[in-house]
Amino acid sequence: MRSKGKRGPLSWVLFILTMGAALITFGILIFLIAYILINGLPHITPSLFAWEYTSENASLMPALINTLFLVVVSLVVAVPIGIGSAIYLVEYAKRGNKLVSVIRMTAETLSGIPSIVYGLFGMLFFVRTMNMGRSILAGALTLAIMILPLIMRTTEEALKAVPDSFREGSFGLGAGRVRTIFRIILPSAMPGILAGIILAIGRIVGETAALMYTAGTVTKVAGGLFDSGRTLAYHMYNLASEGFYTDQAFATAVVLLVIVMIINWLSGRVAKKLTKA
Amino acid sequence: MKKFKENIAHVLFFVAAIVSICAVLLICVFLFMSGVPAMQEIGFLNFLGGTKWAPTNTVPSFGIFPMIIGSIYITAGAIILGVPIGIFTAVFMARFCPKKIYKPLKAAVDLLAGIPSVVYGFFGLMVLVPFIRQTTTAIGNATGWEWIYSNGSSILTASMLLAIMILPTIIGVSESAIRAVPDSYYEGALALGATHERSVFFTVLPAAKSGITAGVILGVGRAIGETMAVIMIAGNQPRLTGNIFKGIRTLTANIVVEMGYAEGLHREALIATGVVLFVFILIINLLFSLLKRRSEA
Repeated sequence: MRSKGKRGPLSWVLFILTMGAALITFGILIFLIAYILINGLPHITPSLFAWEYTSENASLMPALINTLFLVVVSLVVAVPIGIGSAIYLVEYAKRGNKLVSVIRMTAETLSGIPSIVYGLFGMLFFVRTMNMGRSILAGALTLAIMILPLIMRTTEEALKAVPDSFREGSFGLGAGRVRTIFRIILPSAMPGILAGIILAIGRIVGETAALMYTAGTVTKVAGGLFDSGRTLAYHMYNLASEGFYTDQAFATAVVLLVIVMIINWLSGRVAKKLTKA
Repeated sequence: MKKFKENIAHVLFFVAAIVSICAVLLICVFLFMSGVPAMQEIGFLNFLGGTKWAPTNTVPSFGIFPMIIGSIYITAGAIILGVPIGIFTAVFMARFCPKKIYKPLKAAVDLLAGIPSVVYGFFGLMVLVPFIRQTTTAIGNATGWEWIYSNGSSILTASMLLAIMILPTIIGVSESAIRAVPDSYYEGALALGATHERSVFFTVLPAAKSGITAGVILGVGRAIGETMAVIMIAGNQPRLTGNIFKGIRTLTANIVVEMGYAEGLHREALIATGVVLFVFILIINLLFSLLKRRSEA
């Protein structure tokens, strides 16, 4: 497809600019990852994973456990709502329905709201008005709203990718709508839905601003839904901004980076299954 | 019985679908209800146009104009630095990239989008801040320019970091806009004797214009809402300055830095800061969806 025509000076300039920009983009990424790994890997020590946080070891274990806790609670809330709402949009709503465009618009609005605004809302609504206090529950509900549009969108795309012949076949054999959705459509859309959920986990793991004033900053493992606890990303922010724990901050950054890499890789793999099928 | 089950399911899915509407309404109601009274108490003009932010003085003043300007400066800087690189990289991904390395590079862009903002902030703190401090000191010593001296936390530093952070947004949206342009545009230009580069930049790119603009607007939204990374490297001084080597505070930073200890009207003024940010974001979202609709039409 490449042109056989001779390149003039302008073409050369454009070519060099394009290549230069790509080099800068990928160069920065490689530099960032290498920089964090080189400075962080030597400081990954057993004491960093001690069960109790003390000001000496700056252990990330409690924060890691809190993060997992928060991920589970957020998903338990957001996944059924997100999938249910995508099912309504794709399988139930009639074309040109006004409500559908309103739902799409609100979902788009939600996905554009910055995390600090979610944090403020969570603090006003869940922490104060609903009287949950700073707790895992308040943080998880805040994040559930935040990841809802992501799950809705990916599920919707996955449902739309299921061929109509599947639906027609199921209806033709006498199955009802509910049976068709749960037996035929959801199983074939599963990889796409899962890929979206994995991406949502990634967003929760990296979130800080929405959690500072909802889930709180306590350094212990949260014992229950109503306990406060800091997550890994906030822990990392705290280490980095205090200035005494630079080594531990690098090591925590490595852990965060590795989690994000695994999540991206997993999501890509799962999504690939969908395109194969 | 079956009919009953079907109806229950229908209702449940419908309820799930309207949760997002309820969420948006709740967010609007609670933010405005808590923020607007504070604005009224301070006075809309004093709040939005006041240049002095001193909430803990005996006679406190709550002017967030410096923070509005701060957010605009840093976002503008990020756009100036990030948009050209982002668009050229998108062109590379869509039209120049050898097939073999496309997949790893796409994964790299996704990774760039997935890295948490604290990690970016930390990277900025450890790499960009010292870099700016040393460079400005060297230039200052060599030229005798007083104004260039910087402690490293500055508008420029924050703009540079945010430029990196909005790259994946701009690359992603622009790339799909470029791919959506029919091949016949490109082929037509080639057939008329244009080179590969000229065809891409003067026929394909103009056709993808509104999609790319939508990507840039989405990037603006990301940049203006970014919080943790900015706090770590922007200096956070609530002041008006036109000097890009000096520190400044953004709307987002204002909320996080002071919310921990704020009480009474001060606390409400911080929530009102969030309301201003929220309104900015709503306007940006509106622009984005208008443009997106136009590029799809």
